[in-house]
Amino acid sequence: MVNSTFPVANVGTSCFSPCIERGLSHQSQGELGLTNTKSETAFVEFERVQKSYDGEKLVVKDLNLAMPKGEFLTMLGPSGSGKTTCLMMLAGFETATHGEIRLDGVSINHIPPHKRGIGMVFQNYALFPHMTVAENLSFPLEVRKMGKSVREEKVMRALGMVQMQDFAGRRPTQLSGGQQQRIALARALVFEPELVLMDEPLGALDKQLRETLQFEITHLAHELGITVVYVTHDQTEALTMSDRVAVFDDGRIQQLAPPDELYESPKNSFVAQFIGENNTLDGVVQEIKGNTCIVKLDSGDIIDAIPVNVSAVGERTKVSIRPERVEFDKSRLQDGAHTLKAEVLEFIYMGDIFRTRLRVAGIDDFVIKSRNAPDQTRLIPGQQIEIGWLAEDCRALDA
Amino acid sequence: MTDTSNSGPVLAADGRPLKASLNRALRRQKLRAMLLIAPLLIFIMITFVVPIGQMLFRSVENQIVSDVLPRTTQMLVEWDASSGDAPDNTVFAALTKDLMVAVEKKQHTRLGSRLNYETTGVSSLFRKSGRKVDDMGEGYTDQFVALDPTWADPVFWADLMEAPSAADALPQTTDAYNAFASTIISEDEKDPRAEQPWHTVYLSLHQDLTADPAADVSGLPAEVAAAQAVAGGFASEDLAASYIKIDKDWGTVETWQTIQTYSPKFTNGYFLNAVDMQKSPDGAEWRPEDQQIYLTLFVRTMIMSMTITISCILLGYPVAWLLANLPMRQANLLMILVLLPFWTSLLVRTSAWKVLLQQQGVINDIVVWLGLVADDNRLALINNATGTIIAMTHILLPFMILPLYSVMKTIPPAYLRAAKSLGATNWTAFWRVYFPQSVPGIGAGSILVFILSIGYYITPEIVGGTKGVFISNRIAYHISSSLNWGLAAALGAILLAVVLLLYWAYDRIVGIDNVKLGG
Repeated sequence: MVNSTFPVANVGTSCFSPCIERGLSHQSQGELGLTNTKSETAFVEFERVQKSYDGEKLVVKDLNLAMPKGEFLTMLGPSGSGKTTCLMMLAGFETATHGEIRLDGVSINHIPPHKRGIGMVFQNYALFPHMTVAENLSFPLEVRKMGKSVREEKVMRALGMVQMQDFAGRRPTQLSGGQQQRIALARALVFEPELVLMDEPLGALDKQLRETLQFEITHLAHELGITVVYVTHDQTEALTMSDRVAVFDDGRIQQLAPPDELYESPKNSFVAQFIGENNTLDGVVQEIKGNTCIVKLDSGDIIDAIPVNVSAVGERTKVSIRPERVEFDKSRLQDGAHTLKAEVLEFIYMGDIFRTRLRVAGIDDFVIKSRNAPDQTRLIPGQQIEIGWLAEDCRALDA
Repeated sequence: MTDTSNSGPVLAADGRPLKASLNRALRRQKLRAMLLIAPLLIFIMITFVVPIGQMLFRSVENQIVSDVLPRTTQMLVEWDASSGDAPDNTVFAALTKDLMVAVEKKQHTRLGSRLNYETTGVSSLFRKSGRKVDDMGEGYTDQFVALDPTWADPVFWADLMEAPSAADALPQTTDAYNAFASTIISEDEKDPRAEQPWHTVYLSLHQDLTADPAADVSGLPAEVAAAQAVAGGFASEDLAASYIKIDKDWGTVETWQTIQTYSPKFTNGYFLNAVDMQKSPDGAEWRPEDQQIYLTLFVRTMIMSMTITISCILLGYPVAWLLANLPMRQANLLMILVLLPFWTSLLVRTSAWKVLLQQQGVINDIVVWLGLVADDNRLALINNATGTIIAMTHILLPFMILPLYSVMKTIPPAYLRAAKSLGATNWTAFWRVYFPQSVPGIGAGSILVFILSIGYYITPEIVGGTKGVFISNRIAYHISSSLNWGLAAALGAILLAVVLLLYWAYDRIVGIDNVKLGG
């Protein structure tokens, strides 16, 4: 294959990148209760897949991923991180430069897209404009040479699933964005594929509609028991919809974990930054005691954290703490916890929460969030406070 | 609230109807828009619409016959062609009077060529007769002058004709004299009081005096009454015989039939001619088979234009697809190759085809060298329909590729992917999903190519020989060689009508909204 032009040794001699290993181990601990992750049971499997378009740069670097049947997996990442390329390779529109992609244990590298039987929902729906809704849905059944009555029945059932029975005779252009989305979904499901791929399907919709459809899609997927690979760059979408999320960056999976784990225990500073709002402080590890450590910040302040990617004293680290886990009420902190001096710069009332920007340890964009409760203190700009947190909420990550 | 609940027109804040207010507000804008297009509009009107309209009007216009032969055409109304006889002397007398004026005004040759389109030989008939017409009726002049020399006096004539009762008593004479006088003044710039009237005036006088020997001439000079008394005894001149002596065609029914048929101011004759028919006493009839040419040409033009359009689609579609789907760099290079013919003179390209396609040309040489055909059996690729189709397909190809390309450019590749992901093979995905969306481009390209080729002239003229020429070549022939502009206009009008009809049919079948030239 093409990989003869660039030696594999350059891009990944160590069989699995560390993050992927962790991803797999998390899957075994995850709520799905899957203990066996060997390829025999995996439904979709990427093994050491690489992809390059120009022979000079790898867009996907050594991708390893195993998905059990019925899982809703989201590929999340900034644009250019390789997530859509992965999806296209799975769909068959791009060929892997190296490695193997298996579906239900069978290698599909050389199977053309139309024989893979994978449903797909495209970014802009790709509903055929010259066909009515019913004709669009009937198309995959026609190419499978199904009889007319069977087709009609299946089309109506698929339309029923997305509550669009009344729109069978319309043209796609006569539908709103949300309706088109539903039809695209119904079309991807009408031929009953076991695997459905979705490429940023909700990207063009407004916030409210997006939320409704997120709910509908997950519901439908679980009801039908289909396996879904969902690509998005919207982290809220990824967190709310998926069983597991694969965070992509720079052609690699940075972390593969269930949403809560991803949010609460990011494995590296990229994931911490990318998922949710996050405060980052730079410093040096001063002491490691079991599963806690003490970090000396560049400003000289001392804080508590748990070591995640740091192993030795003197290592540089980025300490990550979620805004909603920061406390400024001393009575709620553990005894002996380290605190930091902070100055309130800005107080923003956001309805359900208060968002306060502070100057902490020399940085101006340290944010804390507090719930709008009757007993909650409203901080005033200029006020001097002391903040702290539970050591387990503060993660010392790679610098 | 009250505004909308009222059943009357909605009012603006100042109480005027809202529509009027809106119109007033938009007037400036409309005026400005008008001013912007005005130069082009005026230019088009003056250089295009008006001349073309005038040209098309020529296809039915036929005033020349009744203008040049007003008296003759009037007399001919009562003549019955089916009698089998040429008209009598009164018609010849009218012809003489008309011709006399026409010859002076040099109109008779034009009339001759006009009628020659319908019946061959009329042109020379009029030319010959024009030379001899001044002698017609000389016998009457001689007899009147012999009776009284005063009849030769121009001043006497002028005074006689000015008399108030002259017009009533001598209507034909007055008419003939007026024609004489006005022609003398306008054409020769001479004074009628110094010139003896034409013989036709004496001929008319004789007609007047003999028509009603008891007519009241009391208000006129005594010479008139004297002439009236003896006019009946004058030796009458056989005009018909004199004309037939000039050309025996004057004695045939066909000649007179032609004049009679084409006397109305408007005629459908050109149009009948343009569809291989002709006028006859029994209405329209087909021309003899060996004279039928235009219908064949129309049909050939249609069929060949369609062939050219279809070959353009077949050759252009893949190229347009490549253009729309290749990466930018290659697409630009290919686009330059597509546009290259546009930058080369049409004549050069057509002549190049002549070099390539001829019997001793490059293509034949290659085919013979390859042994596909024998040397003595070279392919006839030029001076026939094949040559026209090959050359014109090449020339019109960009007009197909460009609209196709601009439509294909707007079809996202996601559609094909979607179709394939739904289980369609490459062919099904193309045929069921891509092709229907490219149909507007095919429509636009086909209309362009078809309409351009239906009126093409240069290329068929150069490479078409006799079997590969179009109707436009015939139109050009009538415009520049035969000068039968009426027929050319009729052929053009039919061609225009056919194009509009096809356009209408296309709109009904495909829908003109489905035509996209871009975007």
